[in-house]
Amino acid sequence: MSEVPMAEMVTVTIDGAQATVPKGTLAIRAAEAAGVHVPRFCDHPLLDPVGACRQCLVEITDAGNGRGFPTPQPACTTQVADGMVLGTQVTSASAKKAQADIMELILLNHPLDCPVCDKGGECPLQNQAMVSGRAEQRFDGEKNTFAKPVALSELIVLDRERCVLCTRCTRFSDQISGDPMIQLTERGSHQQVSIAPDKPYDSYFSGNVVQLCPVGALTSADYRFSGRPFDLTTTRTTCENCACGCSLNVDARSGKVVRRKAAHEAEVNEAWACDKGRYGFRSSCSGQRITAPMVRQGDKKTGTLVEVSWGEAIEAAANALRESGASTGFLISGRATLESSYGFSKFARTVVGTNSVDFRSRPSADEETQFLASCVAGETNPVTYAELESAKKVILVGCEPESESPIVFLRLRKAVRKYGLKVETLSAIYSWGSHKLGAQFVPVKPCDLPTAIGNLKLAKGTVVLAGETLAQIPGALSALVEKVTSSPARLAWIPRRAGEIGALKAGCLPGLLPGGYPTTDSQGLSDYWKSDLSAISSRATNPSTMVVSGVEVEDFISSSTMIKNLTEAFVICFDTHLSTVAKSADVVFPVAPLEETDGTFFNWEHRERSLSQVVTPTTTSLTDIRILSELADVLGKPLGFRTSAGAKESWEGIPAYGGPTPAAPQVKPLKASKLAKNQAIVSTWRELLDDSHCLDGADQLKATARPILARVSPATAKAAGLIEGAPVRVSGAHGALSFAWELEPTMVESVIWLPTNAPGLALSSIGAHLGSVVSLDNELVEKGGKK
Amino acid sequence: MTTQLTPVLTKNWGTDNSWTLAAYQKQGGYTAIKKAFAMTPEAVVGEVKESGLRGRGGAGFPTGMKWSFVPQDNPNPKYLVVNGDESEPGTCKDIPLLMASPHTLLEGVIISSYAINAHMAFIYIRGEVVHPIRRMRQAVEEAYAAGLLGKNICGSGFDLDVIVQSGAGAYICGEETALLNSLEGLRGQPRLRPPFPAVAGLYQCPTVVNNVESIASVPSIIDNGAAWFASMGTEKSQGFTIYSLSGHVQRPGQYEAAFGITMRELLEMAGGIREGHELKFFTPGGSSTPLLTADHLDTVMDFESLAAVGTMLGTKAMQVFDETVSVVRTTLRWVEFYAHESCGKCTPCREGTYWLVQLLTRLEAGEGRKGDVDKLLALVDLIDSKSFCPLLGGAVACVSSAVEHFRKEFEVGYHTPAWEYLPYDRSALFPVAEEVDS
Amino acid sequence: MSDSAMEHDETEALPPTMIDQAVIKQLTALSKRYPHPRSALLPMLHLVQAVDGFISARGIEVCAEILGITQAQVSGVATFYTMYKRRPAGKHHIGVCTTALCAVMGGDALLETMEDKLGITDGETTSDGLFSLEKVECNAACDFAPVMMVNWEFMDNMTPQKAEQLIDDLRSGREVRSTRGPKLTSLADSEKVLAGFLDGQGNEGPSAGEPSLEGVRLAEKKKWTAPAPKKTPKAKGGKK
Repeated sequence: MSEVPMAEMVTVTIDGAQATVPKGTLAIRAAEAAGVHVPRFCDHPLLDPVGACRQCLVEITDAGNGRGFPTPQPACTTQVADGMVLGTQVTSASAKKAQADIMELILLNHPLDCPVCDKGGECPLQNQAMVSGRAEQRFDGEKNTFAKPVALSELIVLDRERCVLCTRCTRFSDQISGDPMIQLTERGSHQQVSIAPDKPYDSYFSGNVVQLCPVGALTSADYRFSGRPFDLTTTRTTCENCACGCSLNVDARSGKVVRRKAAHEAEVNEAWACDKGRYGFRSSCSGQRITAPMVRQGDKKTGTLVEVSWGEAIEAAANALRESGASTGFLISGRATLESSYGFSKFARTVVGTNSVDFRSRPSADEETQFLASCVAGETNPVTYAELESAKKVILVGCEPESESPIVFLRLRKAVRKYGLKVETLSAIYSWGSHKLGAQFVPVKPCDLPTAIGNLKLAKGTVVLAGETLAQIPGALSALVEKVTSSPARLAWIPRRAGEIGALKAGCLPGLLPGGYPTTDSQGLSDYWKSDLSAISSRATNPSTMVVSGVEVEDFISSSTMIKNLTEAFVICFDTHLSTVAKSADVVFPVAPLEETDGTFFNWEHRERSLSQVVTPTTTSLTDIRILSELADVLGKPLGFRTSAGAKESWEGIPAYGGPTPAAPQVKPLKASKLAKNQAIVSTWRELLDDSHCLDGADQLKATARPILARVSPATAKAAGLIEGAPVRVSGAHGALSFAWELEPTMVESVIWLPTNAPGLALSSIGAHLGSVVSLDNELVEKGGKK
Repeated sequence: MTTQLTPVLTKNWGTDNSWTLAAYQKQGGYTAIKKAFAMTPEAVVGEVKESGLRGRGGAGFPTGMKWSFVPQDNPNPKYLVVNGDESEPGTCKDIPLLMASPHTLLEGVIISSYAINAHMAFIYIRGEVVHPIRRMRQAVEEAYAAGLLGKNICGSGFDLDVIVQSGAGAYICGEETALLNSLEGLRGQPRLRPPFPAVAGLYQCPTVVNNVESIASVPSIIDNGAAWFASMGTEKSQGFTIYSLSGHVQRPGQYEAAFGITMRELLEMAGGIREGHELKFFTPGGSSTPLLTADHLDTVMDFESLAAVGTMLGTKAMQVFDETVSVVRTTLRWVEFYAHESCGKCTPCREGTYWLVQLLTRLEAGEGRKGDVDKLLALVDLIDSKSFCPLLGGAVACVSSAVEHFRKEFEVGYHTPAWEYLPYDRSALFPVAEEVDS
Repeated sequence: MSDSAMEHDETEALPPTMIDQAVIKQLTALSKRYPHPRSALLPMLHLVQAVDGFISARGIEVCAEILGITQAQVSGVATFYTMYKRRPAGKHHIGVCTTALCAVMGGDALLETMEDKLGITDGETTSDGLFSLEKVECNAACDFAPVMMVNWEFMDNMTPQKAEQLIDDLRSGREVRSTRGPKLTSLADSEKVLAGFLDGQGNEGPSAGEPSLEGVRLAEKKKWTAPAPKKTPKAKGGKK
C-alpha cells in the first residue's frame, strides 16, 4: 500500500546510549526513543517545531562531524545526524544548568496560584519545575501582570498571566484545524494570545487547545473549577458522537462524567478530538431520565404512562409482540453498540420472526440498503486513516467531513498540508471546510450528483469518500459503485453515527443478516442460530407493533409521518430519556446510557473500537440486551445471551459467509424537474453543532455553534425576489421554515443551502432533505414586530 | 602613511541632486550593469566572491558565498531582498545612503538580482524614515521610466521588478528571517533555520537577504574589479566601508575608509572628543557589540581585530561617550531598547529583558539592594546564549561589558542615584535648565 | 498594564471610519502588487492609518476581507509593529528619541520639554487632535543627535528652544520643513508615502544632512580618494 521508501537511518548517542532513528528526526524525539524525556513546553510531536520556550536545551558534544556546539541547543529543533553525541539533563551538567536557567526564567513571571489553578496536579509546568527547577527564586521584583481571565469564546477561557507563550494553541489553530482565530498579538513581554474583538474562537476543534496547554492558561468554561485530578477516575473509551472512532479519556467525579479528553491513538485520532466529542457528554445527565419501566394505562390517545414493575412491563411488551409477530418493526439507534444491535437483530429474527429491522433513523431508501449490503457490510479491505494520509487524491461526494466526521477532516488537512494530498469536492457550495482543505470545487446541483459522479476521472491513489446524505439522491450511490468498481480508485462510506458500521455487521437491515448473510442466503446463520431463517417474512409495511430504541423523531424526513406511525402502532420503547418517542409509547423500558455500558463500535474504517463503562449505574435501568433476553425468555425463545459480552461472543462465532456478494444497486437518476423561478433545490448537511440531542446540557459548547444562515447565490436570490435583511421562508412538502440568509458567490444556481437540524429549524419538519425542491419567498415582518 | 578615507559610496553624497537618475548617470552611474550583463550570472557571483565583500549589516558573512548558496536548479522563483531596516542603536549609514544616492543601491540591486537569477527584488526599509523611502521610491520610478527596471533591461533580456516596502516599527525585522516574515505580511518574528533563506526564504523560495551597504558596494566592484576592491582593507576584511561616529565627538558623521583604520584615527578625523572632555567608553559596532574604553583606541576596526578583543565590528557604529556619562543610565536605556524590541517569541529574551530592566531601573535610581550587581550578572548568565535569535545577545553584550568595565559605578546604585553621581545635564549638548530626574 | 487588542476601553469614543469604497479599491490594488497578496498587509495598514488616523476596527475588517485572512491575523500583525496606533494620533506625530545616545545628549530633556509644552505624555494626543507624542527608539540618525521626528520626518540636532519653536510654528500653521527638506504636512500624508504612494516631495531638501558629509568633506580637503582601478578588468566569464 505504502510507496514511501525506507527512511535512511542514523545512529546517535544520547546520554551514552545509542539510538537508531530515521534521518531528520528531531533530537527530542530521538531522546524519547532512547527513553529520555527532555522537558519541554512548546514542543509537540504533531505541531511544527518552533523552538520558542527553550526548555529542552541539551548539550551537543559532537554534531556528527567531530565538532560540538559551544552552548546548549534546543532538542526540539535540532535534527540528529549520524554520529551525533548529545547529553540531556540526565548526564550533562551544562544541559541540566541550561534547563534550570530556563525554568527559573519561566517561573519569574508565572503566578504562584497553583492551589486555585485547574491545571494543578496535572500540570507539565508544575511537574517539570519539580524535576528541573531550582528550589529558590533568586530574583525579586514586580511580575508581569494582566487582567484576569478573558474569554476567547463561550467555551475557552484564557488566563494570560499563566501563559508561557509556547504557542501550542495558536499553532494548533493555524496548522491542524485551520481556524486561525486565535493569534499572538503584541510583542515582547506584552505578547499574548488573543482573538480579534467580537470575533470569538468558535472552532469545531477549540477544546484541543485546552488539552494542549502545558500550563493552566487555557481552560474550558465547561470544566473549570469543577474538579481536581486526584478526585477523578479516568476511563479510556471510544467517542459515541460520530463514526470517527476517537479514543477518549473520560474523567468522572463522584460517579458523574465531568470531562472528556482526547486519548492518544496514532492510527485514529492521533491526539485530537472535536468539540462535540469532547464536550457533548451531558445529555445523559440532562433532561428527564427514565428511572423505572412504564406502561400506558388507558387508550393510546388519552392514557398516561404509569411506572410499573419490570415484570409487568415485560409482560405487556411480550403480549404485544406475541400478537403482532411478523408484523413487528424494529428501529434501532445508529449510536447503539454492536452488541445491542446484534441483540435486536437476533431478537427480531429468532424471537419475533421478522426481517423488519433498521438502524437508519434518517432518510434512506432501498438503493442505500442494497449499497450497504453489497459494498459496505462485507468489507474486508477498508480504507483507513493512514490510506487517506498517503492518498494522492481524495474526492468528497455528499460528504462534509468538517461537520460530519471532524477527525477525518483533520487527517485530510494534515495530508494536504504535509503530504501534498489534493482534495476535490462535489458540492453545490464551497464550504469553510473545503476552503481549509484547499479543495478543488466541482460545483454540482444535488440532483446532478449521479451525472457528476459518472464524469469523475478516477486514477490509482484516489479515494472517494461518500457521506450518508448521498443516499438521498436517487441514483447517486448506484452511479458511484459503478464508477469506482470500474476504476483503480477506492471507496469508503462514512456514516455519521458511531454505531452504523456495527449495526451493519449485526445485520440491522431488512435484507441483511449478521455476518453479511443476505436474507436470501441464510442457511449458514440458520445453522449457527439453530433457527430457521428462511421462512421469515420480509419487512412489515404497516407494523402493528414497533420496537424503537434510542431514536429521535426529528431525525426523520418528516417527523409528522413518523409521529403518525407512532400513534397508530403499539410502541415498545427502549430509551434513557423521556423522548418524543417514549412519551407516545405504550411500554417504556429504561435502558442504561452508553457511559454505563461496555461494548463495541466499528468506526468508518471498520476498525473495532471498544467502549468502556465509565460510571456505575445509578438507576434501576438495565441494558437493552438484558431486557431483550428477558422478553425472549417470556416469549419462549431464549436469545442465547444476557450480557454485552455474551452478545459479542455470539456475534464473533458467526461462521463466515462464503456466498456471493449481494448485488449492487442499479437505480436510475430521477429526471430533473423544471423549477419555477421561486424554487430551489436543497443542499444540506448536519452542522457539527446543531440541535442534536447528544449536545443537550452542553450549553457553552452550543454557544460556539456557527450562525444559522441559509445561503443562496446572488442570481438565485434575485430570481426568487429575496429581500436582503428579510428572512427567507423555505416551504417544503410538510410546511415552511424561516431562515436568516446571506449571499454565497460560490453557490450553484437554483440551490439553497440549509443546515439540516438547526435548533427549531429541522428540515425534517418540512419534509425536506438533500435534493428536495423547496420554494422560497420573503418572510415579511409586520409592523409591531409580529411575524 | 597616515590612514586615509576612501569615499566610494559616500563620494556623491554632497553633490547637487545626487538622488536623481540624471545626476547619478552623469557621475558614471549605471555603467556597471552593462558590464554585468556582458558577464554570465555565475561570473558576477565569482567576481563578488573574489572581491572579499562581506555583509555590512553586522554579521560579516561573505556576500558572494551567500549568493552561491542559492540553488539554481530549484524550480521556484528566486528573490533578492535588501535589508534596509537599519535600527541598531548607533547605526546610521544606510538611511543617508538611501536619501543621498538611492540609485547606487538600485544599480546594486539590478546586478545582484541578475547574479542570482532573481526577477523580483524587494527593498525593505524601516518605516520611520519617510524621506529616504520617498527618494528610494522615486528612484525606482525613474528607473522604470528609463528602462532600467522592468522587462528586458537595457536590451539585456533580463527582467526585474523592484518593490520598495516600508516596515512599521520593529528592530527585530533587521534579523533576516524576521524581515522575510514581515515582508510576507506576518508578525516580524524570526524563523527557524534551517531551512536557510537561500534555500527556502521569501514564500519558501530561494532568497538572498543583504544589507543596503553590501548591495550598494556591488556596482563599484563590478565597475572596478574584484582586485581593486580587495586591494583595500586587511587580510580577511577587504574593501572599504562606512564608519558611523556619533556622540561626544566634535564632528559626528559618516566616514568611509578601508578596513584597517583604528578607532584613534577615526576619532581624530572626527575632531576628537568634544572640547574639554575625555573619552569614557564607546561601542565599536552598535549597542549590541560589547563596549570598549580608551584602552582599545588602537584596535584595528575590522572583523578579526575586534573579535580578538572580545567585541565585534557589528555595523561599524561607534557611539562615543565622554566622562560625564553614566554608564548605568546608558546600559538601562539600551536594555529598555531590547525589552521594547524583543519580539516575545522565546523565553530568555522576553523574560530576561523584562527583568534586566527592573534590576537596572533600581540601580539607576540608587535603590539597588546589595548584591544586585551580582544578580544582574546572574540574570545575564541565565539568558546568555539561550535565545532563539541574536537580539538578546546584544542585551547580554551591553550589560556584561558595562559591568566588566565599570562595576564600581553600578555598585554606586546601591545608595546613590546615577543622576546624582554623574549629573545628567552635563552630558547634554545644550544647557538643561532643570535637573532631569526620573 | 498591557495594552491589548482585547482591552479597548469601551467607554472611549473612537472616531468613525473614513474607509469608503475608494479606499477599499486602493487597498485591493496594493494587495495585487505582490506575488502573494498578504505581503501587502503592512502597506495596507499604513494606508488604513493614513485614512483613519489609527488602525480602526473597520480597517482591520477590510484588510482581513481583502486578503482572505482572519481579523485575528490582522490584529496580530497590527499590534506587533509600533508605528500602528490603537487610538487616533495627532495631525502631527512628534517623536523624541530617548535611546541611550540621544537620551544622554539631550533627548530626555527634549522629551520633558515636549511633555510640558504639549501637556501630554508618551502615547497621548492633545485634546485638539493636533499633536501626539511618542518616545521613540533609535531612528538611525545618531550623528544628528539629539533627534526628533515629526510625522516620521527628521528634525535633526534639536534643542529645547528649537523644539518649542517647532510646536509653535506647527500650531500656528506656519510652514515648517524637516531639517532634511520636506514640508511637514501631516502624519496622514506620511503614512500614504509609507503605503506606497508618491507625494512629489522627493526632490525637497539637500542630498544629505551635514554630518553625513563630514567624511567626504574631510577627504576632499585632504585630497584623499579611493585607489584608482589599475586597469579595466578583463571581462571574465563573458557571454558568448
